[in-house]
Amino acid sequence: MMEIGGLTIAAARRMLKAGSLSPVTLLDEVNGAINRVDQEVGGYLSRDYQRARAAAEHADVHLPLGGIPVAIKDAINVEGEPCSCASKILEGYTAPYDATVISKLRTAGAIPFGRTNMDEFAMGSSTENSSIQITRNPHDPERIPGGSSGGSAAVVAAGEALAALGSDTGGSIRQPAALCGCVGLKPSYGRVSRYGLVAFASSLDQIGPLTRTVEDAALVLQAIAGHDPLDSTSLDVPVPDYSAELEAGVKGMKLGVPKEYFVEGMDPDVAERVREAIDVYRDLGAEIVDVSLPHTKYAVADYYIIATAEASANLARFDGVRYGHRTVGAKDLADHYGRTRGEGFGREVKRRIILGTYVLSSGYYDAYYLRAQKVRTLIRRDFEEAFKQVDGLLSPTSPVPAFKIGERMKDPLQMYLADIFTIAVNLAGICGISVPCGTVQAEESNLPVGLQIMAPAFEESRLLRIARAFEATRLL
Amino acid sequence: MNAPHLDVRYVADLVRLRLTEEEIAEFQPQLDHVLSYIEQLNEVNTDGIEPTAHASAVYNVFRPDAARDYFTQEQAVANAPHSGSGLFLVPKVVVEG
Repeated sequence: MMEIGGLTIAAARRMLKAGSLSPVTLLDEVNGAINRVDQEVGGYLSRDYQRARAAAEHADVHLPLGGIPVAIKDAINVEGEPCSCASKILEGYTAPYDATVISKLRTAGAIPFGRTNMDEFAMGSSTENSSIQITRNPHDPERIPGGSSGGSAAVVAAGEALAALGSDTGGSIRQPAALCGCVGLKPSYGRVSRYGLVAFASSLDQIGPLTRTVEDAALVLQAIAGHDPLDSTSLDVPVPDYSAELEAGVKGMKLGVPKEYFVEGMDPDVAERVREAIDVYRDLGAEIVDVSLPHTKYAVADYYIIATAEASANLARFDGVRYGHRTVGAKDLADHYGRTRGEGFGREVKRRIILGTYVLSSGYYDAYYLRAQKVRTLIRRDFEEAFKQVDGLLSPTSPVPAFKIGERMKDPLQMYLADIFTIAVNLAGICGISVPCGTVQAEESNLPVGLQIMAPAFEESRLLRIARAFEATRLL
Repeated sequence: MNAPHLDVRYVADLVRLRLTEEEIAEFQPQLDHVLSYIEQLNEVNTDGIEPTAHASAVYNVFRPDAARDYFTQEQAVANAPHSGSGLFLVPKVVVEG
């Protein structure tokens, strides 16, 4: 029997094209792996095997992703399947259309297979805010997989998916990828259409892949990137061949290490693994340069004004009228709204709607929201200045490895600080990727550590090339 | 600027979010804590800095004002908890005086 656990998209494609593997067999192997391990992991919310099977039977293996099953975060609409954002308020909702990324995946021959768990409405860093189930880290079942795309990261890491789509508003692809030991790519703002992604914070959200290798991330990005008239924020910029420069190496490149990304309070072993990765780049011929991103310390505060403000507006659409949960026996319309939303949303979503409404309210708008937008300009400029000196930036993805289930649930601020190194990338609209760079020992477990690489907007080719150069030294 | 005070009960009412007393008691100190953290943005000198609303420099994207195929009325109401005659049904809004 084939071992799906280590199979990459690239390897599966070679076997599919050579005829040594059929799309139906591949799907059955993935489905079998889910049956074996997902009871423990809890990464999937549902899957429609019969529908995927029908697609596999007709798959064209000569297409770029022909016959490759891809797991989908529950925030992305897949026509005919539930899409709940792991929220009670979307219970019973059936997606009436395919998100653009889904139609693009289908055009490339891929088979959407399985909805993955997440923090409710992508609000969280541990997937514990799911109103449906707990997802466990495949490296230690007592620990969280990260979030909000924790289901997507866990199913890839546990070998029950070749690849998955996630969404990243403040680190929600990169942080779980780091904590689960897989590759997670957040494309530049405007690179991938969000049409059909349930909106959280519209000036920050991006869809991207979680995969086992950098090469696979390039293959999935290739399929989903590009301009879409249905998302006015997607830019009409040509999509390069993301695999073309993958093996070009980093010799002669300048890579910056921002001093603000090695802070007090971070896990010293995590810092050590990242320092070792930086040494690898030096050995590969890159010039390592110390840089400063002076407004880094304000990124988390800035994000929790901007993201909650946008979320409070975006989540106004959940009113119990057009879709989702609706309260029973309301006495008037205001009572209907209040009870529907009070019953349907979970605690973290409620907290963020309240905070976001407050920072936008009359008398506080200038002090909070407008000021936050100005600080955002300063954070963006930090990166513009840095990228005048260097080709890319290297940092930890997360200051700590996977923490224990329940550990940070009592204190929202502690949870917010889990994203301290990933948030600025979204605020600046640039691209970032997390690649595994070793493990740290915590009690009985070896927990993965992620190296974050950042590159200027629309420089995904360079980002992937830098990431691949490091990965090539690890995978032999 | 007014002295910052986030009254959870008041704001929740504004956004039509019915909270339990237990939730209000839990959220009030949590959000006060988050707000006091956010206050650090006041340290930053933002004089003369333009605000960034979103990260790409694209504004006013237009498309032709032309009819196109989209949902049928039936598809549009398919997810509605209450519908009838192809319409969304809501509780009575106007009360006779």
